[in-house]
Amino acid sequence: MSGIPHDHYEPKSDWEKGLAKRLPIIGLMYDTIMIPTPKNLNWMWIWGIVLTFTLVLQIVTGIILVMHYTPHVDMAFASVEHIMRNVNGGWAIRYVHQNGASLFFIAVYMHIFRGLYYGSYKAPREITWIIGMLIYVLMMGTAFMGYVLPWGQMSFWGATVITGLFGAIPFVGEAIQTWLLGGPAVDNATLNRFLSLHYLLPFVILGMVILHIWAFHTTGNNNPTGVEVRRTSKKEAEADTLPFWPYFVIKDLFALAVILAVFFAIVGFMPNYLGHPDNYIEANPLVTPAHIVPEWYFLPFYAILRAFDGDVWVVILTSFLTGGIIDAKFFGVLAMFGAIVVMALAPWLDTSSVRSGRYRPMFKWWFWLFIVNFFVLMWAGAMPAEGIYPYIALIGSAYWFAYFLIILPLLGVIEKPLPQPATIEEDFKEHYGKSDSGEGGATVPTASPAE
Amino acid sequence: MSMFRKLAISAVTAAAVALPSGAALAAGGAGYVEDYSFSFEGPFGRFDQNQLQRGLQVYTEVCMSCHGLQYVPLRTLSDEGGPGLTEEEVRAYIEMNFIEVYDPEIDDWRAATPNDNFPTSSLETAPDLSLMTKARAGFSGPYGLGLNPLFRGLGGPEYVASLLTHYTEEEQEQFGTIFYQNETFSSEWIAMAPPLWEDGVAYNDGTAATIEQQAMDVAAFLTWTAEPKLMARKQMGFTAVIMLGILSVLLYLTNKRIWAPVKTREKADTPAE
Repeated sequence: MSGIPHDHYEPKSDWEKGLAKRLPIIGLMYDTIMIPTPKNLNWMWIWGIVLTFTLVLQIVTGIILVMHYTPHVDMAFASVEHIMRNVNGGWAIRYVHQNGASLFFIAVYMHIFRGLYYGSYKAPREITWIIGMLIYVLMMGTAFMGYVLPWGQMSFWGATVITGLFGAIPFVGEAIQTWLLGGPAVDNATLNRFLSLHYLLPFVILGMVILHIWAFHTTGNNNPTGVEVRRTSKKEAEADTLPFWPYFVIKDLFALAVILAVFFAIVGFMPNYLGHPDNYIEANPLVTPAHIVPEWYFLPFYAILRAFDGDVWVVILTSFLTGGIIDAKFFGVLAMFGAIVVMALAPWLDTSSVRSGRYRPMFKWWFWLFIVNFFVLMWAGAMPAEGIYPYIALIGSAYWFAYFLIILPLLGVIEKPLPQPATIEEDFKEHYGKSDSGEGGATVPTASPAE
Repeated sequence: MSMFRKLAISAVTAAAVALPSGAALAAGGAGYVEDYSFSFEGPFGRFDQNQLQRGLQVYTEVCMSCHGLQYVPLRTLSDEGGPGLTEEEVRAYIEMNFIEVYDPEIDDWRAATPNDNFPTSSLETAPDLSLMTKARAGFSGPYGLGLNPLFRGLGGPEYVASLLTHYTEEEQEQFGTIFYQNETFSSEWIAMAPPLWEDGVAYNDGTAATIEQQAMDVAAFLTWTAEPKLMARKQMGFTAVIMLGILSVLLYLTNKRIWAPVKTREKADTPAE
């Protein structure tokens, strides 16, 4: 795979040869684990392993939770309390699962931002990017439905608001909403299908993760320079890369251990910090919470959803041009989903010939503004939709779209990139090869000629 | 189907009394919340068993006449990390307080056993208290940044203690119901009359039963009912952080060792500048 010349698995013993003839699974595993990996990868390349680990963690804890959970509107809330009180270690499993969702999204946002900065979405890695975006959307669906299962106040009202978005679709919206909910309102049928899908989608994600890994194993990893690994000879390829095992496995495991230490500190000392207190009140269709807010990881998109109200000129104009078919509500829904669509289209919107943001002096500023804007949107999404907050959300939303639809296409034309290193080897030497000039005569004077 | 039945039943009752307090019931936010100091705060915080027992006493003598603890099994009163009653004491507690539960099998009320949960609220409008300290947040902000809850905790117990101690003398009548002014309650006017009195309970351990003392004791007890595994959880967090910390150090050293030849080779390969 990856077109990078490297050693392949050679079956030696008789049984290995026999197995390889029938099912070349050892060779496949060997090539996967020994993939030549650019040796200059920095610490932003750890999130893929963190995400894979978290997916497994969520599936394992989820399978245990579902053994004790009751998907019925009259019993769901009580069954979660049963897990928290009566099931051996149930409280730990549930808190890990609950906070695992947050770990998942922290990691996925870091992973996405890494890709955006280093141009990992660019040719030939568009398929990897698109699959990644699909995984992200599936994750959001899974997390949303999972949040409904404890049947607390925020579960119920969050489900009501979000499924209501589908009701905003012209003509067929109401029918779609009823079909999704399994009735006129969020009720037992909704809870049951949400559990079913919440159980199903992680396995779809798992399949997509395998495709995601397959795709980038075919193209090879990107790296902080964005310069391709030399494929001209095995010697040159080996100067640019190191096998994934053990160099990157151990590095990633170290990073994972540090991240898990922080994760378990949150689970152990403040497991409800990222949640909402209202979700410890059982769902009540008669009492609407004062502020319905989604989980933190949805807030930027929630801000975009609410930003386009009936007072915004784009919305008024669109509504006028479409004869009212696209009203403010539907416009908001389109904007929210559109925000993800434009991000998925980044490979075709970014016109720069240079991959890595490291060598793009203007892009850097716009990128970091994009990151700041992401957090501003997150903050605005948690605020009530009144006073100055809708304006902040509107400006933030406008920047989100401008970044992908205007800035990325334009920058490629007007920006003068900085010189890039010719090879990954050169970049690696630049970083580690510096002789410790301050230390006097401690440097090794020459290369050993025998190599 | 049952949802619709419940809807119909609760619509009638809710319309009568619950509506004025409805918004407040749903709101996580609060008015003034005093930052009381509890023994179970912080990474190493632990429940004070005496305080939990005093809180149980306040709950039993004051709160239980209206409020329930429907998610709390009575037997857990003897659990480790809780009030620490013996099994005999739990039985005696049930008997002394005439705790009864509704049994659908016999379609009647009967004396509770340790395996039953505490009864549900006997007053329709009194919320169940099992999870109250997790269902309310005392601290938020500043500016929506979530820093206060990060450093001071979510403030559920503080909310409960503050609510009980921050009644003003004011009251007013709305739709035939008396509401009492409370500085902590989010909508300011609460249907619950001030429940605590100076020396309203007589503590067995000789602690002076001031209103504040009772409020803090019952808030501590309700923290236990909401989070009975709090001490085990903090213990797990501590152990996990230590173990993962050690693992991190070992992996760091392993990683450094593995990469050392690669990095020094680069150093060696680079001609002196």
